[in-house]
Amino acid sequence: MSVQIEPRMPPVATAEVAAPLEVHDLTVAYHRRPVLWDIDFSVPEGCLIGIVGPNGAGKSTLIKAALGLAPLASGWVKIYGKPYAEQRRLIGYVPQRESVDWDFPTDALDVVLMGRYGSLGWFKRPGRADRELALECLRKVGMADYARRQISQLSGGQQQRVFLARALAQDASLYFMDEPFAGVDAATEKAIIALLNDLKEQRKTVLVVHHDLQTVPEYFDWVIMLNMRQIAVGPTAEVFNNENLQKTYGGRLNIISDVADALAKDVPRRGR
Amino acid sequence: MPDWLADSNTQWVLAGCVLLGISSGVLGSFALLRRRSLMGDALAHAALPGVCAAFLITGTRSLPVFLIGALIAGLLGAGCIQAITRHSRIKEDAALGLVLSVFFGFGIVLLTLIQHSDRGSQAGLDKFIFGQAASLIGTDVQVMAGCAAVVCIASAALFKEFKLLCFDAEFARGIGFSATFLDGLLMLLIVLAVVIGLQAVGVVLMAAMLITPAAAARFWTDRLDAMVWNAGLIGGLSGALGALLSTLAVRMPTGPLIVLAATVMFLISLVFAPRRGLLSKAARLLAIRSQVARENALRALYEYAEAAGAWDVKVSRDELAAVKGQNPVGLAAQIARLEREGLVVTHDGRSSLTPEGLRTAYEVVRNHRLWEMFLMYEGQLGADHVDRDADFIEHHLPRATVAELERLLRVHGLEPELPPSVHPVAA
Repeated sequence: MSVQIEPRMPPVATAEVAAPLEVHDLTVAYHRRPVLWDIDFSVPEGCLIGIVGPNGAGKSTLIKAALGLAPLASGWVKIYGKPYAEQRRLIGYVPQRESVDWDFPTDALDVVLMGRYGSLGWFKRPGRADRELALECLRKVGMADYARRQISQLSGGQQQRVFLARALAQDASLYFMDEPFAGVDAATEKAIIALLNDLKEQRKTVLVVHHDLQTVPEYFDWVIMLNMRQIAVGPTAEVFNNENLQKTYGGRLNIISDVADALAKDVPRRGR
Repeated sequence: MPDWLADSNTQWVLAGCVLLGISSGVLGSFALLRRRSLMGDALAHAALPGVCAAFLITGTRSLPVFLIGALIAGLLGAGCIQAITRHSRIKEDAALGLVLSVFFGFGIVLLTLIQHSDRGSQAGLDKFIFGQAASLIGTDVQVMAGCAAVVCIASAALFKEFKLLCFDAEFARGIGFSATFLDGLLMLLIVLAVVIGLQAVGVVLMAAMLITPAAAARFWTDRLDAMVWNAGLIGGLSGALGALLSTLAVRMPTGPLIVLAATVMFLISLVFAPRRGLLSKAARLLAIRSQVARENALRALYEYAEAAGAWDVKVSRDELAAVKGQNPVGLAAQIARLEREGLVVTHDGRSSLTPEGLRTAYEVVRNHRLWEMFLMYEGQLGADHVDRDADFIEHHLPRATVAELERLLRVHGLEPELPPSVHPVAA
């Protein structure tokens, strides 16, 4: 029932049209041990892009490298043709939910307001317009009723939606989401999917670290397959196949045969 | 004004201690939430060799000079901690302990050197270990006021940035607020707070001033701005209390009294704070237990009658307890309570539900079974926004979902009945 939109090829790099994200010859190393190398790709605008690979494949690291949060041993990353530092305002980021302390003394609306801090800059406090925008973002993820709820009193899925609302409040063109589907309830999963499609309609580009291989063909137009090296990057229909999965996941055949079954049926599964 | 307060020396001491309490409370809030509380301890200990070195180099005993010495030594200490954690496998807690003790030890060595020198006797630097608020004079308090002003103004101006840093440093970096810079600034401010406290409470107890008021403040609120205000208030109050107590009770040291006052306030917060305090938590638990026990008793009576097929069936407490596997004593207490509420009547030790009791029990049983159905079929119902604290399922699920759950109850043959003689109160 989902409408498969024909994935467009990346625009040819010309002076006026730069890819939302262009990664060239990227190597990232922590403590002299490379965790990601030979990464070289660019993604088209207005696409939902899944990043898949086994644990420790460097999926989160790739996002962090793009956001300037990881040390680059070589290569460069360009956002709409310019270095990250110049394009910060164009980027929205949803970190892993576990990365923060949810017992922090603040409420949902306040967390979403943090999405406005980037455009506010130093010293300036968020005003009425920011607050209204933040409320609107909470509404979009179905959390408006919880605006004044202390964040520790939200369920895991609701916390995830607050993080999504914060990214929306950044009003970005290119979004990075680190495992937004991890450990969320069915309602939140639906809300996220609706949101992703909404963003796509607005010609925004979203990169999502994703674990559930079976839903990849249904959710994403493009896929980036990683296992420390870049295995394949391209439209899901072209590159998300058995051979590449084999290369990405190595010997973990049971996962692969499950996905092969799902692919063979060629009917995207609904829900979980 | 009482006589002892009219004394200008007492006024200076009082002012100094209040300033110390306010600034360390405010900064402590950020340090606590950034998990940097022990950093304050390390910085305080690291300040001692800095102060001694400043005295050795300049030969003067003045707070501004000590401030610079403490600042440099504090930064050196913090730098060492960062270098150790970054370039070795030693974790931050070990690095903190290491730096803290090494700097303190070095400080004691310098202190001994000074005391054995000619001008050692009048330096009085050993007072910095445990503090001696009574020695505070006007110029000291002016410097302290300056430091406190810097701390409070910086915290107010960068409130948004510090909040972001404490909650989600990675996100802060991602949107262009350098976490390294903000952490460094926070550290610098902590050093300032330490310098304020040096003379009053000393390097050893300074950590308590950074941690205790902030930890106490956290109990009273779920908002960061309120927490910072409260921490400043609790800190300032501790300072005032400590200073006054030591003035009234002669020969009691001010620093430890301030710390003890803060600790008493922490303990009061821990026990009595609304919502987060221990008493409040215990009361909530008791209330829930009592409610669950009451509902269990109602359900037991209802289900016994349901199974017997007669709504006016009478049952003894022991029998009911045996059937339901409940504690007979607890059940008896609940039945007595239900009797007082007019929901149960008892004759010759055998109880049955009154019409009012049947109605109430029916609601409880129905609600309980609907929740059971909901949990069984949650995935398929795809309901949004479920509030698990909910008492009644209708208040929290859409009508269509409740209707579906009722259908499922019928499918499973679990739909509770209401005897024809008793009609439910119109909802």
